[in-house]
Amino acid sequence: MTTPKLKLHGVAKHFGHKKVLDGIDLEIGRGESVVVIGGSGTGKSVMLKCVLGLIHPDRGKILVDGENVVGLRGSAKEEYLAKFGMLFQGSALFDSLRVWENVAFGLIQGRGMKRKAAREIALEKLGRVGLKADVGELYPSELSGGMQKRVALARAIATEPEIIFFDEPTTGLDPIMADVINDLIVECVKELGASTLTITHDMASARKIADRLAMIYKGHIIWCGHKDQIDNSGNPYVDQFIHGRAEGPITMDVLKP
Amino acid sequence: MNNPLALVGRATLSFLGLAGRLTLFAGMSLQHVVRPPFYFGLIGRQMLSIGYFSLPVVGMTALFTGMVLALQIYIGSSRFNAESAVATIVVIGITRELGPVLSGLMVAGRVSAAMAAELGTMRVTEQIDALTTLSTNPFKYLMAPRLIAATLTMPILVFIADIIGVMGGYLVGTAKLGFNYGSYLKSTVDYLEPMDVISGLVKAAVFGFLLALMGCYHGYHSKGGAQGVGAATTNAVVSASVLILAANYLITELFFTS
Repeated sequence: MTTPKLKLHGVAKHFGHKKVLDGIDLEIGRGESVVVIGGSGTGKSVMLKCVLGLIHPDRGKILVDGENVVGLRGSAKEEYLAKFGMLFQGSALFDSLRVWENVAFGLIQGRGMKRKAAREIALEKLGRVGLKADVGELYPSELSGGMQKRVALARAIATEPEIIFFDEPTTGLDPIMADVINDLIVECVKELGASTLTITHDMASARKIADRLAMIYKGHIIWCGHKDQIDNSGNPYVDQFIHGRAEGPITMDVLKP
Repeated sequence: MNNPLALVGRATLSFLGLAGRLTLFAGMSLQHVVRPPFYFGLIGRQMLSIGYFSLPVVGMTALFTGMVLALQIYIGSSRFNAESAVATIVVIGITRELGPVLSGLMVAGRVSAAMAAELGTMRVTEQIDALTTLSTNPFKYLMAPRLIAATLTMPILVFIADIIGVMGGYLVGTAKLGFNYGSYLKSTVDYLEPMDVISGLVKAAVFGFLLALMGCYHGYHSKGGAQGVGAATTNAVVSASVLILAANYLITELFFTS
């Protein structure tokens, strides 16, 4: 049996009295694309941040290539993070840097590459996501939301990482631009052969990007399966979520009497 | 619930918690300040922003402070016929206290606020998280250049402020109070000791470190969107100002009572 690229085992995290993650178990194989769906505030982003070491889990193991990475520090953590690329929900581009410098940031700062060589790679990656070289000289604030997402995607793939995380990649985009981003994600990931973990509540995006889908609810993975099985999951929580129904086992606080 | 002891206890615990977090933050930052690699480009950019762009406000503050000081000392000293001490007291007052303290407070208002707002916005828009995921330590890339730049730049700023402040006193002394040009300058130089200037510059370096530390600390720990960034900015200026005044007393004790 091959070692999964990324494995979360019993990962738990609470903030104050609120349990956000309550023993998450999830595996991602090499080159596999897993999409985690779930409502707002169910712990999706916290799960990603735990893997990236931005939040320290209370318990559980996070294994990358079979090695536990919880609690890594200093250069060991930087080496481990070099395996990752991340597309943030709000793009998180650096305002003070030009677009090409944003894309090349991981190459220059993380890998110590010369600026000239990094610039060439950055412009190539920008071209890969459909942006011309002259966009590279602009600042992020001069771009539309869709263009910012593309730049963020170019930055996420610039270092050719082994694992890429996509945090709500289509949030705030119109349906056409969302589909363009989905296509770019699928193409870029296929080219790189990277393993990916995407969190979203956009079902169209999930169906397009995923090999496997998992649903998170109240800090647990309550269902996991191939994307073709999602419509016949037999899980009432999943059914309610994918059809976007207000009635069902998932209750919102505002609906409580 | 309204038990006064419980309130005092909570406030004490909260203060101790803050002091602990701040100490850890300062320790982490210092570790990256002294350990290579150094981002010279970023340090230079910060020095320009903190130093060069603060010159107008610091210069104006020093000029008017020197002018007012000359007037006030003249009024006070004339009550016991000691008007000749105006030049000496102006230069000592400016170099030892008013130059570093007022420059520190003005730069805290300008720079700590700007740092807290910039880093706070980076925090709430996940730019600091993005830095980490790109294998870059935020303390090395964001905090260290700001702390180094502020610590190096403040003494230069204060030295310039000292000169402008003394010049303000000179202008008022000679143009309004009737002092002779030469004797005012002679009194200024004759009674000035190197330690007066040095202690002011040491204070300036400490104030620079503190005001950058407060800007970085509050910005880095900012949360909750625009309101959080606003609160971080306010807290940075207030805490930097209070720390500058407290540190001023401690350094003065250290220099002049031993």
